[in-house]
Amino acid sequence: MQKLNIRKYIIGLILLIWLVPNNVHALQKAERTVLDNGMVLLLLEQHALPIVTVEVSLKAGGVYDPPAKEGLANITANLLSRGTKQFSAQGLAQAIEFVGGDISSSADTDFAEINLTILSKDLDLGFKLMGEVIAQPTFPQEEMEKEQKEIVGDIIQEKEDPSAVAGKRFNKILYGTHPYNHPEEGWEESVPNLTRQDVLDFYQKYYRPNNAVMVVVGDITKSQLDELLKKYLSAWEKRDLSLPVIPEAQPLPAKTVELIDQELTQATVLLGHKGISRSHPDYYQLYVMNYIMGGGGFSSRLLANIRDEKGLAYSAASYFYPLFYGGAFQATIQTKNENTPQVIEATLSEIKRMRTTPVSAEELESAKSFITGSFPLKLDTNSKIAGYLAYMENFGLGLDYFEKFPQYINAVTAGQILQVAQKYLEPENYLLVVVGNQGKTGLKSGK
Amino acid sequence: MNKLLQCRLASFIIGLVLIAPKTIFARPLNSTTSVLENGLKVILVEEHKAPIVVFQIWYNAGGKDEVTGKTGLSHLLEHMMFKGTANHGKGEFSRIVARKGGHENAFTGTDYTAYFEKFASDRLELSLQLESDRMQNLLLDPKETALETKVVQEERRTRTDDDPTSAAFEEMYAAAFKVHPYHNPVIGWMSDLDGISRDDLANHYKTWYAPNNSVIVVAGDFDSQNLLPKIREYFGKIPKGTIPAARKIVEPVQKGQRRVTVKRKAHLPFMIMGYHVPNLTSPDSYPLAILAGILSGGKSTRLYQELVYKQQLALNAGANYDRVSEDPNLFYVYASPQPGKDVNALEQEIYKQLDLFKTELVSDEELQRAKNQVEAHFIFAQDSVFYQAMQIGELETIGVDHHYLEEFVEKIRLVTKEDVQRVAQKYLSEDNRTVSTLIPLADKK
Repeated sequence: MQKLNIRKYIIGLILLIWLVPNNVHALQKAERTVLDNGMVLLLLEQHALPIVTVEVSLKAGGVYDPPAKEGLANITANLLSRGTKQFSAQGLAQAIEFVGGDISSSADTDFAEINLTILSKDLDLGFKLMGEVIAQPTFPQEEMEKEQKEIVGDIIQEKEDPSAVAGKRFNKILYGTHPYNHPEEGWEESVPNLTRQDVLDFYQKYYRPNNAVMVVVGDITKSQLDELLKKYLSAWEKRDLSLPVIPEAQPLPAKTVELIDQELTQATVLLGHKGISRSHPDYYQLYVMNYIMGGGGFSSRLLANIRDEKGLAYSAASYFYPLFYGGAFQATIQTKNENTPQVIEATLSEIKRMRTTPVSAEELESAKSFITGSFPLKLDTNSKIAGYLAYMENFGLGLDYFEKFPQYINAVTAGQILQVAQKYLEPENYLLVVVGNQGKTGLKSGK
Repeated sequence: MNKLLQCRLASFIIGLVLIAPKTIFARPLNSTTSVLENGLKVILVEEHKAPIVVFQIWYNAGGKDEVTGKTGLSHLLEHMMFKGTANHGKGEFSRIVARKGGHENAFTGTDYTAYFEKFASDRLELSLQLESDRMQNLLLDPKETALETKVVQEERRTRTDDDPTSAAFEEMYAAAFKVHPYHNPVIGWMSDLDGISRDDLANHYKTWYAPNNSVIVVAGDFDSQNLLPKIREYFGKIPKGTIPAARKIVEPVQKGQRRVTVKRKAHLPFMIMGYHVPNLTSPDSYPLAILAGILSGGKSTRLYQELVYKQQLALNAGANYDRVSEDPNLFYVYASPQPGKDVNALEQEIYKQLDLFKTELVSDEELQRAKNQVEAHFIFAQDSVFYQAMQIGELETIGVDHHYLEEFVEKIRLVTKEDVQRVAQKYLSEDNRTVSTLIPLADKK
């Protein structure tokens, strides 16, 4: 993670967004400033449509939940719009929805996010409400209790989804005591124990401008934006941040098989192990490697093997989930219970092949061509652009990332892919989680 | 929640939540419509704000065109469209598109089957090559057919058989429509999938995949003047097909409430109630859309405010009016009770909320909010060329000129409180209702 250059005075940098190699008209400019209060502000003016999208992200995700307070970051984010200094929960919803706009807030693993979408004619109202949500939430006790019940209800309802059940168990075992071990919504047992004071403390600690990135994309000018921020966010003050030190996640000591027995027609298979963080230097090599193995949809080996050649599954894919403080590798397949051993074997054989045989020149070329050529598709709406700019800033990818990205990808060689496959893929010491009818899958649990 | 749409790979998710669509004030749609000599309709929407282009081809063939014992045929054919032609082998379509940095996929509904590619602007010609090829030259290899049938059966297991909520939806449609083919799930009944032969697929393909039964929509960064001749070059020579006259299947008027229950392993109950309503061709569709917008779609709407927020009976609750449908479809309301709350009490409370529309006029604020949301949505929708093309393709395929998108906003403005009350009284009656309830059984394990 590249550290941000935070200065006391406002600095203006020009960020060149080079959308596509060889595509001249795609050159656009985003403007980056660091405000007096420490907030990083990115603005991309887009006047084609009378709409504005804002994304504010903060390092305030579930990874910062204190032990036994799992779900705190999530409930804090959810409650931001449920009562502020000037608005009740209901009043705020009515005000924004009356003009067809939307304000939402949520937390994921690493970050919390506040999003505003609004017609540019209603900008003033939008920033007023967003300012309230970010800087003036009151966290009423009654709202807290309602929200706790809703979250617990959602957690129970999510048990209907075998993929969610498998994913939660996978992370719990994989990460052990590391704070990535729990889902951001928390556990059925931990959420009811959260208190209003916990939420207030969490908010005070993490919801600070010097812990925030604001991205604004759309029909708005810099002077309009400056004025709106002055009007509605000047009360938001910087403070010393003392973010906890979070270690890298450790690998599992030995192969582990976890079976969850449910009356289902299909088994959901998750097979994986520790991965890497987003800032790891091997990221791009792993990205291309995984695209070829299981990340590339119909172009991937895994889907070709399991679906196109054997007809065993509708979906089969693998991912590296690169997070701030580490990450996981995961292959995921859903198949008829009886086919489970066959699917696991096919997945392992693709992992082994990746480690033993270099990818062909054609495969590598196709992968690079897709990854670089499809880059503009990640940026075809205002909200996607806003999300991407926030991501670039949060992970310190640099102001020239749009130019650098194709270069990083094109530099990857077949030799490097073989190397990272051998270094990061584990055909023996893996974690296998299967949710399904275990009488029919014929699997045995244990080490 | 949309059981009407099956797509080829679930990684492709579109917000088909038709809470309250479309408007015009930003700018009118910059579209041109042409019809080639062979009947192929081409709609071009130039939009240069991002350097990308979306190509979609829509065939007017879907679940509604299937017969008993062969349900799921359209969707299986959609999968087979990626299995090769005389010119491009199995899987080659996807690989060629990916090499050009494109996304491709397809989806099937009750009324249509559609295919799309999404690229950086300069690669569009590839769509013309590939789509014109597979409109005429599909192989339908018997071995591939057998394999892909298994893939679709796995898809059905994921989406329906192991998902209690989808199963409750499926049962609701099956009970609400006794005669009309909306009775059947788009993905097909499991046993029907076993019975679809290579010849069934070939017949379906030959019958429906013709230029005069399809619509091309291209949206994004291109030049219409150059593109139209190119489209003509690739598609113009494909001969017209003989398209069967549309089957006129009219669902008889429902005379009394129907109830179905789905008992299966689950953690929470769920219920969904559907009411027969007219589609977008009816003047009643405008107040029905407003009614849906006042009921559901935000935290200031009635179902959320009353059931979730104030009374805390429901964990979630929503309503949807299936307006953009070739034949009349349903207006439905769904909800899950909060853990420990009585599902019957929740059902009664939903009826109470629906009855309020019949006895009391909605407020000025609610009416205006629903209208404002329709207008705002029309503008927000233009941010995504893909979504815009979707809206246009769907309308044109069911026989409605896409300028309906603009008309809709204008007509919505004219809806009165009395109109909303009238349609609530007319359609939201007990006798017109089909209720499907999911009753959880404890896991036997």
